[in-house]
Amino acid sequence: MNNPDTNKPRTIDLVNQSLARRYARERRFRRLGLAAITAGLLFVSFLFISIFAKGYTAFWQTEIQLRITFDEQMIDPSGERDPEVLGFADYNILVKTALMERFPDVRKRGDRRDLFGLVSTGASLQLREIVMADPAVIGTTQTLWLTADDDIDMLVKGHIDRERDESERRVNDKVIAWVDALEADGALGSSFNINFFSHGDSRDPEQAGIAGAVMGSFYTLIVTLLLSFPIGVASAVYLEEFAPKNKWTDIIEVNINNLAAVPSIVFGLLGLAVFINFFELPRSAPIVGGLVLTLMTLPTIIIASRAALKSVPPSIREAALGVGASKMQATTHHVVPLALPGMLTGTIIGMAQALGESAPLLMIGMVAFIVDIPQGAFDPSTVLPVQIYLWADSPERAFVERTSAAILVLLAFLLTMNLLAVILRKKFERRW
Amino acid sequence: MSSTTVDEEVLMAEEIESKEGVGGADLGARADEIGATVGDYTVDKPRMTARGVNVYYEDKRAIMDVNLDIAENQVISLIGPSGCGKSTFLRCLNRMNDTIDVCRVTGEIKLDDQDIYDKKMDVVPLRAQVGMVFQKPNPFPKSIYENIAYGPRIHGLARTKDEMDEIVEVSLRRAGLWEEVKDRLDEAGTGLSGGQQQRLCIARTISVSPEVILMDEPCSALDPIATAVVEELIDELRQHFTIAIVTHSMQQAARVSQRTAYFHLGRLVEVGPTDEIFTNPVHKLTEDYITGRFG
Amino acid sequence: MQPTTLVILLLILMAIAYQFGMRRSVAVAGGPKNLRSLHSRPNYYGYYTAIWAGLPALIVVGLWAAMQGNFIIDLVIADLPPDVRSLPPERLGLWLNDLKNLAEGNIVSGEVSPALRAGADHYLSLQQTAAAAMAVVVLVIAVAGVSFAMKLISPKLRARNRVEGVVKVLLIFCSSIAIVTTLGIVLSVLFEAIRFFNMVPFMEFFFGTEWSPQTAIRSDQVGSSGAFGMIPLFAGTMLISLIAMTVAVPIGLMSAIYLSEYASSRMRAYAKPALEVLAGIPTVVYGFFAALTVAPFVRNVGESMGLEVSSESALAAGLVMGIMIIPFVSSLSDDVINAVPQSMRDASYGVGATRSETITRVIFPAALPGIVGGILLAVSRAIGETMIVVMAAGLSANLTANPLESVTTVTVQIVTLLVGDQEFDSAKTLAAFALGLMLFVVTLILNVIALHVVRKYREQYE
Repeated sequence: MNNPDTNKPRTIDLVNQSLARRYARERRFRRLGLAAITAGLLFVSFLFISIFAKGYTAFWQTEIQLRITFDEQMIDPSGERDPEVLGFADYNILVKTALMERFPDVRKRGDRRDLFGLVSTGASLQLREIVMADPAVIGTTQTLWLTADDDIDMLVKGHIDRERDESERRVNDKVIAWVDALEADGALGSSFNINFFSHGDSRDPEQAGIAGAVMGSFYTLIVTLLLSFPIGVASAVYLEEFAPKNKWTDIIEVNINNLAAVPSIVFGLLGLAVFINFFELPRSAPIVGGLVLTLMTLPTIIIASRAALKSVPPSIREAALGVGASKMQATTHHVVPLALPGMLTGTIIGMAQALGESAPLLMIGMVAFIVDIPQGAFDPSTVLPVQIYLWADSPERAFVERTSAAILVLLAFLLTMNLLAVILRKKFERRW
Repeated sequence: MSSTTVDEEVLMAEEIESKEGVGGADLGARADEIGATVGDYTVDKPRMTARGVNVYYEDKRAIMDVNLDIAENQVISLIGPSGCGKSTFLRCLNRMNDTIDVCRVTGEIKLDDQDIYDKKMDVVPLRAQVGMVFQKPNPFPKSIYENIAYGPRIHGLARTKDEMDEIVEVSLRRAGLWEEVKDRLDEAGTGLSGGQQQRLCIARTISVSPEVILMDEPCSALDPIATAVVEELIDELRQHFTIAIVTHSMQQAARVSQRTAYFHLGRLVEVGPTDEIFTNPVHKLTEDYITGRFG
Repeated sequence: MQPTTLVILLLILMAIAYQFGMRRSVAVAGGPKNLRSLHSRPNYYGYYTAIWAGLPALIVVGLWAAMQGNFIIDLVIADLPPDVRSLPPERLGLWLNDLKNLAEGNIVSGEVSPALRAGADHYLSLQQTAAAAMAVVVLVIAVAGVSFAMKLISPKLRARNRVEGVVKVLLIFCSSIAIVTTLGIVLSVLFEAIRFFNMVPFMEFFFGTEWSPQTAIRSDQVGSSGAFGMIPLFAGTMLISLIAMTVAVPIGLMSAIYLSEYASSRMRAYAKPALEVLAGIPTVVYGFFAALTVAPFVRNVGESMGLEVSSESALAAGLVMGIMIIPFVSSLSDDVINAVPQSMRDASYGVGATRSETITRVIFPAALPGIVGGILLAVSRAIGETMIVVMAAGLSANLTANPLESVTTVTVQIVTLLVGDQEFDSAKTLAAFALGLMLFVVTLILNVIALHVVRKYREQYE
């Protein structure tokens, strides 16, 4: 009716003709989008579930109960209880004796080696600690829980398939029989895996812990924080508040944005060439790691801090300048305090990035096998993500569990930091 | 723009408008003093009828009990101080308010005896029948040709390239733009001048041969010369289309429309033939507005 | 005295200087009642004095610490027996390394000769002397600074302006660190890469199709072993990145579209951060996931279909890398899509388009430049990603386009060449820097283009 040319069909009829097809397309498209989101979320949950399923068992450690006779002849024949003598005594023999007493039928040399393998090599250290703490136990017989070997741990946790052929599994039938016997006696237990949180790295999975790596990460992050926060905030303040808008600041700005996208491994190359080869700083030390991560996180912090400064309305600056404050006073007294929550949020996010970073640290030698727990920023150490990388490479089945557990710990740290950032943002969020 | 931000912006705009509206109310009257609509809101041959329309943004009522008919092949202008709800009402007529999550419409709006807020009603064909021209010219970042061809293409109105060419040419001719752009149909629509862009948008709207065209302050972003061209165009379009136009300018309403509806604080205060409203307003508020006491 | 103790001492001195300066300014003003006669508030005179106490001294500490090492070594060398001094430079370097190790109580390679022992003792005593001398010099400078500043303090002294000037210089210094970092990257990588190209011809590196750096063990072999062609590495990197982008772009883009155009605000509030969790997971975790979960899975699936799949297949590494990049693509696309003005959507809905029509025909074309920029950034990230490929991709340089085979990448080779013991002059080690240079240049170009495109795109709608 509105069409002057009456031969032509009405628009609405034409529209209705294709409507079903168009709506079908609409539904398909919508489903595609939903599928994409679902896929993304599935990936997240699958990743977490798979790592959690692999890792949670590492928080428990299998133990074997043995009657240990603290034979004075073995430990301290002189009877003087000299700590030096006590410290160097052969406690391993006590463990072996206890095992032989428990399983008196085992006579063959090879079988005996298997038998002694039930208990972790760290068990003798456990005994030493007991004696050193209280020499009065010497001469007595105690029923003690000793850390089991990693293979036994894996067997008990069900990670070693008993149905498989003997030649294809890490523990033979005899060992399984002994373990079953111990279990029947109630001499097989498990307890919270303290070693995992208190020990440094070790070649023996049951003795390996993340304490060294956590301390390494701690020192590295402290160095990073002490350097990157002041420098980052200062750069942001200069660029946002003082810098003239000219070619030079343009270059700095483009440069910072680009730096944020440079692959992290390139920072590792920089650290290797400059800090280690040129300045001859110690390899594997948190101080160098901290320096490298500082350069890496600076762009993040600068960008976040600038955004925070930008969000402070000009009226605040004008108000301060209006009562006669200098530009510097207006900035330090009013603008920076108001922007501080935003800057802190950016810094926490930058720190979380730094905590998860490993590639550049491989370049500067933080990838060495280090048993000792570092005592400062100059001691050789590794960091948590690199420890994960090292363990992931180890062939023992028990390290898979520990790697996953270390990942869980790392993720817990990251989660806490990110939550902190979110809370900070929520709490201080201000609408101007 | 994500819809949250959209909502926020719209709400903020509404808030600002309503604040201004309150300012206007101080000069004029409080909402309850407005009373029932003055004048005859019905017409002989209505294309669209609105009965008891209320619009809410969350809990805020932006439109209250509006009844209004829109007559065929006529231009009706909706005027009133800012924040009075005239744009909101206009956007109800082709359900553009659907894109705002928090917006809720009650009452009855019919297009040719069909309730457009009926559950069975489909917004896609509705909007093909009730087109809209916006305040700011908003051509797509595509060529002039593609801007016009967009509507016919998605609705499947042209079967061949020749048919499409014809639709584009007819639409541009009706919008009075053909002579200016016929040699550069491949150039970007965003490269035209403001007035040309708005006429391009009008051409885009009429390309799907709608029955009603809604115009939301179509000249507010244009200079006086471009405005004059668009106003002339609106007058010509009246022969083929039913037009509802929201305008800020009383002169414009007087120039282009046959009927005028005056809104105040979400209510329709007075409606009637344009010449009567402008020469002899009945309601005190209408008179105050017309005579420039507030606005 | 340790440099750290010295710095702490300096800080304490600065705090004292602050107090001194403040009191002094009050005194010269004629008591607390006459502060108006001062140009600045008293605390600025305090800062002024503190700066004079700390800044020159800190500069001296820095310079001293930088110079001391070489200076002491020169002194030690000058005092060494002639037969040691006449050693060729590399041997002398090793010898000095032993000496330092001995002095610092580390393990020394080989036997400790008397000359080495004497040298180490000399080294240690020189170090102690130097440290003591530095402490004295620095403290003297600091005290001199304080007294100088105290003399300068007068009501006319524009202390605030001076202090602010110094602070501003510090701010400028801090913001130039970013530039220095870039320069440092370019110079250090370039310098070593040039040394590499002195050993291995340019053309061979860029166009050679064989890569086996392990053959060049001794530096005198260089040139005879021609296995530094980066083409297979580059191809491997591209293959894995391509697989990653095939996963990340559709999923990331569609998620962004769904979240910004379809999802209710409640769903958006939960799904968006949940997806962004993927971005916060350290890459080493992805590497572990790829190596221990995805790679065996891909292998099993492939084998059940009768395909031969390497246990370090490019597919597994690429898939996981793709998952890692999803949030990157989605959040960049989200920003870009949100930047398309609402009026575009209104226009499209106004003529009766459905949502999907509006998205595919209006929003997507309008957002395309920005999306392309975002994808380029994602590609640059995929190319530079290290841990996933180090843990899940192979080491052997295969030139293949088969995603089921094992390939190696530029980053994997950099890590392999540089982790562990290394001699710094072998082509093998230097090759890592040449690869690093390539990596830096390629990602830089991608980033510059991408950031430029995105910036231009934003300006268009601002």
